[in-house]
Amino acid sequence: MLALPAIPLLALACVPLVGWGLRRAPVMAPWLAALPAALFLLVLTTPDGAMFSLHWIPTLGVELAFRLDGLSRLFALLIAGIGAGVFLYAAAYLEGHPLLHRFLAVLTLFMAAMLGAVLADDLLLLFAFWELTSLASFMLIGFDAHRAEARRAAQQGLMVTVAGGLAMLAGLLLLGDAAGTFRISAILAQGSTLAAHPAAPWIVVLIAIGCFAKSAQWPLHFWLPNAMAAPSPVSAYLHSATMVKLGVYLLARLNPAFEALALWQGLLIGVGTATMLAGAVLALRERDLKRKLAWSTVVALGTLVALIGIEDPLAATAAVVFLLVHALYKASLFLIAGIVDKKAGTRDAMQLRGLGRRMPITAAAALLAGLSMAGAPGFIGAFAKDLLFTVQLGVPRLLPAVALLVNAAMVVVAGVVAARPFMGKPMETGGVAKDPAVALLVAPIVLATLGLVFGMAPHLISAAIIEPAAGAILGRPTGIALGEKQGGTVVMTMSFAALGLGLLMFLGWRRLQPTLAGQTWLDTYGPDAGYGRAMRAVSAVAVALTRRVQGGSLRGYLAANLALVFAGAALVLVARGGLALPLPGPWAGPAQLALAAVILAGALAACRLRALFGQVMAAALVGFGVGILFLTLGAADLAFTQFTVEILAIVLLVAILARLPFHAPDARRAPERRRDALLAAGVGAAGTAILLAVLSVPFDPFITEWMGKAAVPEAKGRNVVNVIIVDFRALDTLGEIAVLLIAALAATVLLRRTGKPG
Amino acid sequence: METLLALLFGLLLAAACYMLLARSLPRVILGLMLLGNAANLSIIAAGRVAGTAPPLVERGAQALAAGGSNPLPQALVLTAIVISFALTAFVMVLAWATWRAEGTLDPETLRRAEPPALPSTDKEAAAEAEARP
Repeated sequence: MLALPAIPLLALACVPLVGWGLRRAPVMAPWLAALPAALFLLVLTTPDGAMFSLHWIPTLGVELAFRLDGLSRLFALLIAGIGAGVFLYAAAYLEGHPLLHRFLAVLTLFMAAMLGAVLADDLLLLFAFWELTSLASFMLIGFDAHRAEARRAAQQGLMVTVAGGLAMLAGLLLLGDAAGTFRISAILAQGSTLAAHPAAPWIVVLIAIGCFAKSAQWPLHFWLPNAMAAPSPVSAYLHSATMVKLGVYLLARLNPAFEALALWQGLLIGVGTATMLAGAVLALRERDLKRKLAWSTVVALGTLVALIGIEDPLAATAAVVFLLVHALYKASLFLIAGIVDKKAGTRDAMQLRGLGRRMPITAAAALLAGLSMAGAPGFIGAFAKDLLFTVQLGVPRLLPAVALLVNAAMVVVAGVVAARPFMGKPMETGGVAKDPAVALLVAPIVLATLGLVFGMAPHLISAAIIEPAAGAILGRPTGIALGEKQGGTVVMTMSFAALGLGLLMFLGWRRLQPTLAGQTWLDTYGPDAGYGRAMRAVSAVAVALTRRVQGGSLRGYLAANLALVFAGAALVLVARGGLALPLPGPWAGPAQLALAAVILAGALAACRLRALFGQVMAAALVGFGVGILFLTLGAADLAFTQFTVEILAIVLLVAILARLPFHAPDARRAPERRRDALLAAGVGAAGTAILLAVLSVPFDPFITEWMGKAAVPEAKGRNVVNVIIVDFRALDTLGEIAVLLIAALAATVLLRRTGKPG
Repeated sequence: METLLALLFGLLLAAACYMLLARSLPRVILGLMLLGNAANLSIIAAGRVAGTAPPLVERGAQALAAGGSNPLPQALVLTAIVISFALTAFVMVLAWATWRAEGTLDPETLRRAEPPALPSTDKEAAAEAEARP
């Protein structure tokens, strides 16, 4: 069972090799397509129900667990299969690009992450791979990093999908908690009991947000067309065939657990329908080939989400078939749009005309893909369309009308993208256009042809792919084989009505498009503009907050820190019962009381006096007072050091002050002084309270006694303070000397820099 | 005795904070000196005042007699005094260099590192504030 975990992990292991190897030998790039091709075969040969698990983070219950069933096989085949074509195409499309190796390495990373996400059997493992795809998408959309448009699109895609991912993570954690396990197979084995859990609505909404963001559902759909700033292979692979379907995948995966919930059904059908409508209107309005295709991808994703919300075997089958159909024709059309862009020099559907004669092979491939998209008979797209109409007719009220409009819009997109550029008289600027090299043509041709092959011979995939996948979405076998005729005359009528309406709109598109494009309110009040406003608001809030917190006022910083110290100390002392008085000890003598009074007077004078020299003298009084106090406490060494340092400091201070405008007063105004005094008093009170609390704890004289005993026999010294300084704690003293030297050195440099004093 | 030291510590701390908040760099330096004294007092107090005899081992004796002052905090404070002097001296020179370079001793007007116009959402205004001398 090692083949199963090898599928994503092998691809993951290849990422650095690809980046390293192709940098040295870019000519080998086309051979990289062998990797997805090999993975495709591996997926194909791995039996259904294969499982693998390994403890990864046991303390958190995260397992490296993988499982293969019908649904994950369909996705894995699409990822590896379309991947093989896209890798081949990308190597030719970006041939000679200096960063080709990086592009293909990220593309490999993306493929590995996608395979990991659809094969993961652990919610958190799935999440990790899920976010990895978002990161790869970010790097690929922003591949042309010199273009501001690409950078914005990359950031937007990341912000939307990762923000959704965050909501989803919360939902997944809730789900794991409610189910008692993070193993997806174990969760699904619990049947619909989870739907009755009190947390179920939260789980459903949070996970749905993540899936909707990833799968570009309204109103989070706006990032997908902007992601078309990426090179065409990326648009074909990530933003139509695979990554954007990951949200659909997770919804389908969890559908058996939540399908009984009215909230689940309502949310999926409601949002899916809104997405279909919004996407259809915007697709008709768009002129750029790739963006037009992107809007139609939005329509397809909305359709899939709505189909999952409809609890019916037919709906599950329709979802699977449509997913496959869409991946085939859409990837093909994106690759063709890339060729057209490269050869004709524009992607504007209004300008592109008459390329068919110069690019017959490209035109043929486009026609095949376009016919599948329009649902022409004989193509697999026709099955999808019949299934869609049958399902949508079963849901009354809104859906049939929506389905008609949306399908007609798809016919228009198919016509404008796949037929219009190749018809009519050749355009003037398209003179140099011709069919591209074989490497660029293989993938679109194969993908487009598959639509016809599967349409002609549905039994090739029916039992092997479609039925198991649909069964996994439904939670039980569907019993519906692909190719069975679905629906009656009503479906037939609707099908033709959609085709007819679509053809009418296609013929009138030249006039329809400017009318729709004139509706500028769609842009002004659309979610893309809203995103821009939201990002600017974030910046504005950050600026306002920074100005408030990081205002550039030293006093402000200091006051904030002091206030925090005071508030923290007060909180702990008062709220947690830290207030205490010292143990009784010897009383202070009259000399010490007198000294305390002198120090107090000095400190007060230092604060109150206006003249700077008076304040210096007051501070000196404090220093000498403390020195004498040390003397009365038996600390003679301290006292003499203090006197020396105090004299030095005063001399230095006066020497420097003589060169400064010493008569300049403290610029604080009276209210500022009052506030500062209050804060200072608070800090002082907190300090006293803390020290008193320290003194209330009995003293442990162990170290002092040891030093008293060891001073003579071990260090041969009778002055214990000296012994401690030069022997027991000699390293401290070394540090002290270093500090002194560094300070002197820094002072010297400052004095030199500012020239001679005076 | 320790209670007296604790009260003295609080008062010196308060005076030091008040001076540190001053809008005049020389007064901030005085605040720093007061803060050093306050800290030293707290260390001595935390080591307790068991007696007032200097921590010297008597001639002929092998160990420190009980009931004298505690040598360990004294050693720590000795180090602290020297370091706080080094700091004070450096800050003094810094204040003087600031005066030479900026022509002001009011910390509120020292805005070269954080210009009042920054941060800004407007790119041009930000660049202008950055470039202003």
